Amino acid sequence: MAVATRPPKRHESIATWRWGDRIAFALCWAAGIGLCLIAALIVGYMAIRGIQYLKPSLLWSHPSGEVDQSNSGGFLDPILGTVLLTIIGIGIATPIAVATAVWVVEYGRPSWLARAVESGIEVVAGTPDIVLAIFGLALFQQGLFGWMSFTAEGGAVFGRSFLTAGAMMSLIALPMVYGNTREGLQAIPRHVREASYGLGKTRIATIRRVLLPAVKPNISTGAALGMGRIAGDTAIVVVLLGATLRLESEGSVPGANVLKGTGSTLTSYVYNNSPAGEGNAAEKAYAAAFVLLLVVVALNFAVDLLARRGAQTGLEGTRLGAGR
Amino acid sequence: MITDDRTTDVSTTTPDAAGPPPPIRKIVVDAPPTVAPAAHTPVGHAATGGAPAHVRGEPGPERMALGGLSVFYGDNEAVKSVSLSIRLGEVLALIGPSGCGKTTLLRTLNRLTELTPGARRDGTILLEGTDIDALEVTTLRRRVSMVFQQPNPFPMSIFDNVAYALREQARKRPGRAVVEPLVEDALRRAGLWDEVKDKLDAPALRLSGGQQQRLCIARAIATRPEVLLMDEPCSALDPRSTLVIEQLIGELRQDLAIVIVTHNMQQARRVGDKVAFMYLGDLVECGPAEQIFDAPQAQRTRDYVRGAFG
Repeated sequence: MAVATRPPKRHESIATWRWGDRIAFALCWAAGIGLCLIAALIVGYMAIRGIQYLKPSLLWSHPSGEVDQSNSGGFLDPILGTVLLTIIGIGIATPIAVATAVWVVEYGRPSWLARAVESGIEVVAGTPDIVLAIFGLALFQQGLFGWMSFTAEGGAVFGRSFLTAGAMMSLIALPMVYGNTREGLQAIPRHVREASYGLGKTRIATIRRVLLPAVKPNISTGAALGMGRIAGDTAIVVVLLGATLRLESEGSVPGANVLKGTGSTLTSYVYNNSPAGEGNAAEKAYAAAFVLLLVVVALNFAVDLLARRGAQTGLEGTRLGAGR
Repeated sequence: MITDDRTTDVSTTTPDAAGPPPPIRKIVVDAPPTVAPAAHTPVGHAATGGAPAHVRGEPGPERMALGGLSVFYGDNEAVKSVSLSIRLGEVLALIGPSGCGKTTLLRTLNRLTELTPGARRDGTILLEGTDIDALEVTTLRRRVSMVFQQPNPFPMSIFDNVAYALREQARKRPGRAVVEPLVEDALRRAGLWDEVKDKLDAPALRLSGGQQQRLCIARAIATRPEVLLMDEPCSALDPRSTLVIEQLIGELRQDLAIVIVTHNMQQARRVGDKVAFMYLGDLVECGPAEQIFDAPQAQRTRDYVRGAFG
């Protein structure tokens, strides 16, 4: 097909191809089209079911635990929970990841330590989220972390709160931010750093005023990818956030009480309402799943946008980026 | 006029030390280095045939003095006991085949070689009579600044690129009002002001390659350094931008000492007041440009210069 639409001068007849090439060519096309179809099916199905059940009131009414689905409210709390947890997670992950990437690329001595850091991050990236969740629960139930969640009479620490879940969520986002920042730093040619040193600047000034601004698009891309991962994660929410229907605050300090309290996100809401989970409110689950899908797709578009903007303003794609 | 094809050929076909032996190796490799002391009497142009980009004047006082300078990378001696003097109002052009140590020599002058692991230095380098090791490295690099082969403006606005160089390492950063006249002055001296005065806040990476390189020059001269080092500043540029930069070098040398590394011998002849020919780490010959090109004293210089011109 594609061959036929080419200008006639460059026409290349498929008849001259070997059979193996023809099959591989067809498979490549089929794989690409097949993936597009699957994606379209998922989005289409979720859109049809979601729009069918989604009412604006669902977006701003609190959920409540009624058996009668007409009284069980909407999913305002899960939406707020998703937003809050994403902000906490990425807020913890970004500075740590960027600092680590800067250390590994710009200092990286002793090299065994740099290698250890690299493999540490790979291990974190490869750990299943349910393992992180259980580990987090075991960790944050220690008395040392009592300030992060509810402590019962007698000193038992509950371990479940936005703070503890956010801390574990940051581990999910961290490898994304780290990887993107590191690649950005490695793509900056050495002579750019030397130009800064050559102007009488220290290494730290060079990092702060030249290198970090240059990798800003990379950091943003990594953060947006990490936010998508956090918004889409379920295990940590179920285990570490309590997955309570509403935001339950804990303590009397405004702001901090929400962070110490429990709640749910769209993912746990979908799980709990679907027939697969405890509830049997498929309509609500479809509507919430559609909203979640919109959030994640919007984040993915943000990634694309940032990457494209980065190509314009950053060093990548310029004569500098190519100069290496 | 700007780039002779034959000259370009020579610089691109001269392979690295690792490659097949360059034609230049055929000449007396074993000959002892003949270092001819520079004579500071300008030679008349009438006989040279080459048209210089500027009228050469009397050289000023000495800015830097190199005494027995050697640079080692591990066991490899990249620069072998070089002694040179760098004077105000004079452009010193370093020429020689690839891997002959000229860039290493240049980078040693503001201690950039220290960034290379395993690099070691012997001998003395004096800046205005002070050993450069006695100076704070940030101070030294503000007094001996550098322009690189690739135009490398920082990913910030045109204004900030120059202001970045001006703002010293200090707790309190001077405001825009303080640095603005200095930025304008630097851009004017680099001949870029008229082209960018209306878009000072535009990203510097939007400029053309030649403009970017002039911005790098503006950045380097903004702190009013005493010596400007240039490492093949035109090799990534088109002939037109090269011409502009060469003219700029001619103007800048009035209040600066300039050291330029170049592969292009036509360029060395056009911009250099004094030319130093290096070969395999040795400083073979150093003298007025006319002498090096028209009446070289060392056999190796003669062969190199002749070979380069065909």
